[in-house]
Amino acid sequence: MSDKRLTFKKRLHILKHRYRGKKMAPAFNAFHTFLFSPDETTHSGSHVRVVDDLKRTMNTVIMALIPVLLFSFFNTGYQHYSAINGFPENFSVMEHFLTWENFWLGFVQVIPLVIVSYGVGLFIEFIFAVIKGHEVEEGYLVTGMLVPLIVPVDTPLWMLAVAVVFGVVIGKEVFGGTGMNILNPALTIRAFLFFAYPTWMSGDKVWVHGAVERAGTTDAISGETVLGYLAQNGTFDYSVSDMFFGFIPGSVGETSAFLCLLGGLFLIFSKIASWRIMVSAVAGALVMGLVFNGVADAGWIAETSKFYGLMSFDFWKHLIVGGLAFGIVYMATDPVTGAQTNRGKWIYGFLIGFISVMIRVFNPAYPEGVFLAILLMNVFAPTIDHYVIRGNVRRRMKRMKNATIIPRGTAGKEEELKAETV
Amino acid sequence: MALLTKKDANLILDPLADNNPITIQVLGICSALAITAELKASVVMALSVIFVLGLGNVVISLIRNIIPSKIRIIVQLIVVATLVIIVDQVLKAFAYELSKTLAVFVGLIITNCIIMGRFEAFALGNGPWRSFLDGIGNALGYGVILIIVGFFRELLGSGTLFGIPVLGNPIEKTGLYSTGYENNGFMIIPPAALIVVGIIIWVQRSRNRALIEEN
Repeated sequence: MSDKRLTFKKRLHILKHRYRGKKMAPAFNAFHTFLFSPDETTHSGSHVRVVDDLKRTMNTVIMALIPVLLFSFFNTGYQHYSAINGFPENFSVMEHFLTWENFWLGFVQVIPLVIVSYGVGLFIEFIFAVIKGHEVEEGYLVTGMLVPLIVPVDTPLWMLAVAVVFGVVIGKEVFGGTGMNILNPALTIRAFLFFAYPTWMSGDKVWVHGAVERAGTTDAISGETVLGYLAQNGTFDYSVSDMFFGFIPGSVGETSAFLCLLGGLFLIFSKIASWRIMVSAVAGALVMGLVFNGVADAGWIAETSKFYGLMSFDFWKHLIVGGLAFGIVYMATDPVTGAQTNRGKWIYGFLIGFISVMIRVFNPAYPEGVFLAILLMNVFAPTIDHYVIRGNVRRRMKRMKNATIIPRGTAGKEEELKAETV
Repeated sequence: MALLTKKDANLILDPLADNNPITIQVLGICSALAITAELKASVVMALSVIFVLGLGNVVISLIRNIIPSKIRIIVQLIVVATLVIIVDQVLKAFAYELSKTLAVFVGLIITNCIIMGRFEAFALGNGPWRSFLDGIGNALGYGVILIIVGFFRELLGSGTLFGIPVLGNPIEKTGLYSTGYENNGFMIIPPAALIVVGIIIWVQRSRNRALIEEN
């Protein structure tokens, strides 16, 4: 490449220097660094140069989310057409699920959610970057992709926009921006939507595209989630493989436990997410499920009780319905809001699984609790870390107190000195 | 102001802004969270506190030299309890429905930290006139925040102000509701008040950076 020619990249560098110190500089730089690595990075000398920066970390998570997003297109279409025309008799994936018709309907419904999520979220990030005079942070890249996947497909776009503003400002920016937030911003957005507009977030009308519009007409369709049926002690026709692969109604991207498993493995092997949190969260959910199964089997709870359906649900099936798999893989492992210490991660993850299933069973209004459980544990994560570290300190102090120090060169004399510390 | 000297005027004006009991001293949060879902309740609560704190400060100030300091808290409690019972009875007599909404919170004015705080910090050491102004000022500062929070929570949460629909009818879908707008259920529950108060604190401190505490 000749030095005379001005490449697009060079033009951007020149523009950047011209705008340096101006108010809009962060906004410009955000676009610039999104496309190219900045020209301030070192090109020579003894520096450790790695590509594994925050932006790369975020991109890896987004890569893990792409299959989920694609699946959600098909599933949105599949649930919609099945609700209208009835579920196919001999279901075959290629014939009934992976069709252009399904894909197109899902694409048209889900992409606006993605655009609103990113558009509004990044706009807020830009405003705060300009006000505070720092570079635009990458923190919203993952949040922006998670948000459309954890809301019902027919969520009105303006509601999503309001919730994103709330989540980014109150959930993140007031604490100081990316890396400083206490709560997971995507879940803050989900929780805001849930408490603000409960009619759009729960019930049997919101999980299938078109169900809300058709409610009350002769064309009415319904799409109750598996957990919704269970909460009413009802029965459902979904097989275990339907639930595992995700051919069930639910929030846009949460349905497929299979893809969450693949995404989780990808994140573990790329060392982005913590396997400790994932494994312990699964263990927590199983333990709580077993306890409930035990209660139901022992006959301590009447079959007419409103908790019976969810309590007697096979404990391991909790993992493949609802948002538990998605939450454990993509939300609980958020490195900012989760526990930092290894032992803390075990406790943190275990309690997420445990409390998720507990809320599922006992929440009378809405039979799902993953987002509430993760938000709750987000709040407790620093406390868990604090006590883990204190415990480590205490154990080492004790070891040091009781240590017998044999001075050098006196090995033969067996002269033991008690350490006089603390 | 000819009526008040500058020093006296500050007793009223300070708590309204830079020494606000809720946003700066962070007192009286409990009732601010609980009753601000409706503007009407906020206004009545504000008026009740103005009455109790204004009069209570005067009474405490008048007897400040004869209260044995060991039992002063008990004496203060008796004064504020008497005044709160008066408020409670008046509400029951003239605004029965409202008194049911406010329910226990009128009674809990007794434990509002702002009231005991002003008795302890001001009325015990100042004359009746200045204590009266201080009481009115702090109660006004409390009331202003209550009314701001109540305004936003009722408008966004129920679409009404003082119970009168201002955004249209949500069931018949008139006014703003015809565009698909819906009431924000989050604003009805008490955590919303915490967030609204937090935003007020945030705005106030970024306008006047001298208020930001060192930590």
